[in-house]
Amino acid sequence: MKIVVCVKHVPDLQAERRFTDDGRVDRGQGDGTLNELDENAVEAAVALVEAHGGEVVVLTMGPEDAEDAVRRGLQMGADTAVHVLDAAIEGSDAFGTAEVLAAAVRAIGAEGPVDLVVTGMASLDGLMSVVPSLLSAHLGLPQATLAAELTVDPEARTVRVRRELDHATEVLEASLPAVVSVTDQANEPRYPSFKGIMAARKKPVVTWTLADLGVDPSDVGEAGARTRVLEATPRPPREDRVLITDDGDAGLRLAAYLVENRLV
Amino acid sequence: MIETAAAGSAPADAPVLVLVDHHDAGVRAPVLELLTVARGLGVVHAVWFGDGVEGALEQLGAYGVATVHQVTVGDGTAPLPPSAAEALAEVLVASGATTVLVSSTFENKEVAARLALVADAGLVVDASGVEREADGRVVTVQQAFASTWTVRAEVRAGRAVVALKANAAPAEPVEAPRTPHVLRHEVTLASDHGVRVVERTPRAASDRPELGEAQVVVVGGRGTEGDFSVVEELADALGGAVGATRVATDEGWIGHEAQIGQTGVTISPRLYIGAGVSGAVHHRGGMQASGTIVAVNNDPEAPIFEIADLGIVGDLFTVLPQATAEIRRLAAER
Repeated sequence: MKIVVCVKHVPDLQAERRFTDDGRVDRGQGDGTLNELDENAVEAAVALVEAHGGEVVVLTMGPEDAEDAVRRGLQMGADTAVHVLDAAIEGSDAFGTAEVLAAAVRAIGAEGPVDLVVTGMASLDGLMSVVPSLLSAHLGLPQATLAAELTVDPEARTVRVRRELDHATEVLEASLPAVVSVTDQANEPRYPSFKGIMAARKKPVVTWTLADLGVDPSDVGEAGARTRVLEATPRPPREDRVLITDDGDAGLRLAAYLVENRLV
Repeated sequence: MIETAAAGSAPADAPVLVLVDHHDAGVRAPVLELLTVARGLGVVHAVWFGDGVEGALEQLGAYGVATVHQVTVGDGTAPLPPSAAEALAEVLVASGATTVLVSSTFENKEVAARLALVADAGLVVDASGVEREADGRVVTVQQAFASTWTVRAEVRAGRAVVALKANAAPAEPVEAPRTPHVLRHEVTLASDHGVRVVERTPRAASDRPELGEAQVVVVGGRGTEGDFSVVEELADALGGAVGATRVATDEGWIGHEAQIGQTGVTISPRLYIGAGVSGAVHHRGGMQASGTIVAVNNDPEAPIFEIADLGIVGDLFTVLPQATAEIRRLAAER
């Protein structure tokens, strides 16, 4: 089985995250990390290959720092990595992102058919959760997203996911090849072992440009974005905050606060 | 691919499509908010998948819907996002609409994305507001980075698909209700997109409001040590929903569907009350857009106090019952 895992390098959640003056996510803080939810995707892929055999290719797009994200994937057990690196990518929206990733998945597939594309449920910077679906549309493959449980039947060539939606629990079955996204319920990502970290140093990271993939630069990046940020402003801190210590009447004061603020 | 609409070319009377989420009990609450917002954008057309629209016509008319597109896809069962998007694209073309609003659930965001892809539309999800400028452009407001930033964005494409968060705007009926005109569409899909539903179990109905839609949410965290009774009692006194932190759901104290956070349910109720919730960044990402935040925690250093409008350092097992009793007493007096 050949599995491609799409990962993203994002600003560290614990650091102060901000927008640049021209309305982009500031990626220049130097404290980026592999999107935490993508660790679940790498784990799912590596576990499937451990069970059924095959190989895992970890794929990312983004500036030079983004290589850290695929390196982490390699440390966790992916076999090879692809980094799409091109100045024209900067400022891509979800559509540009999906187009580039789809082109890269096709290029990877040219070297041997891809059975499964796995992603995390969201990137913790944008939190749109739409790239897996767009990727599936671009590739013309079935989508089975938000898997809390994921099983593959290599004989039947199917993938089954159980997912918890807002109003229901569903089990979906898709034919392979397919695009799946996994949630943070799907597994417990392994911590790279010393051996894994050492082995990752010898694993190849291939760098591709948009030209290598045949993607028109005007389709992606700032040029191709269908939306534009007009203004990004830090939210003012909440005013008039009150902190009290319970002296025996805090419950009454809570009720009074709700009444006073017309919340009951 | 369907024909591209030129940027800024939307005629002022172009319809706005609103996807109507519904269940056995009728239209879901956030849809009424969408309809209210949609009236500010154009003539409101509702899209209803499946049967049962007759019972909802009066309510849809009361919220200003001019036309209802009743769509049957294939055998009539609820379509998965790829099929729903394909069907919606047909309605988009047939109606001449340039703007589509959906409520921001995971499934709807996928529908919105795939629709926007084929319609060459701009896409904004998890918006907290949407407006049309005088020149026809659609402008949205979103909260970013765990609601610590506010982002205004414009759609540069000729069409816009916007997923709006629940509680983004109050739902208000129109003064003069209308009787919507019903147009039926039978959509035959070329394929099932390679995926089928093996099993679907609707979430058991609760007497409490839905978490994602509730105006009041009371949340229990690690500090409850698994005893959610006082959290539930306060929620019931306030007519609110019960939520939980990741720790509480991982411990099995309550179902995963109650988890609030970036990977669970994102809420923005008028009132959030956290009990024994420390306020980890993952949790804050799912609740920081709440109107008023109240926190009860026995640890004065808990990070949630940094964002709480009212913070109470105390034992939730004494503070919550006292508040519940007082709220019930005041309610009885009224």
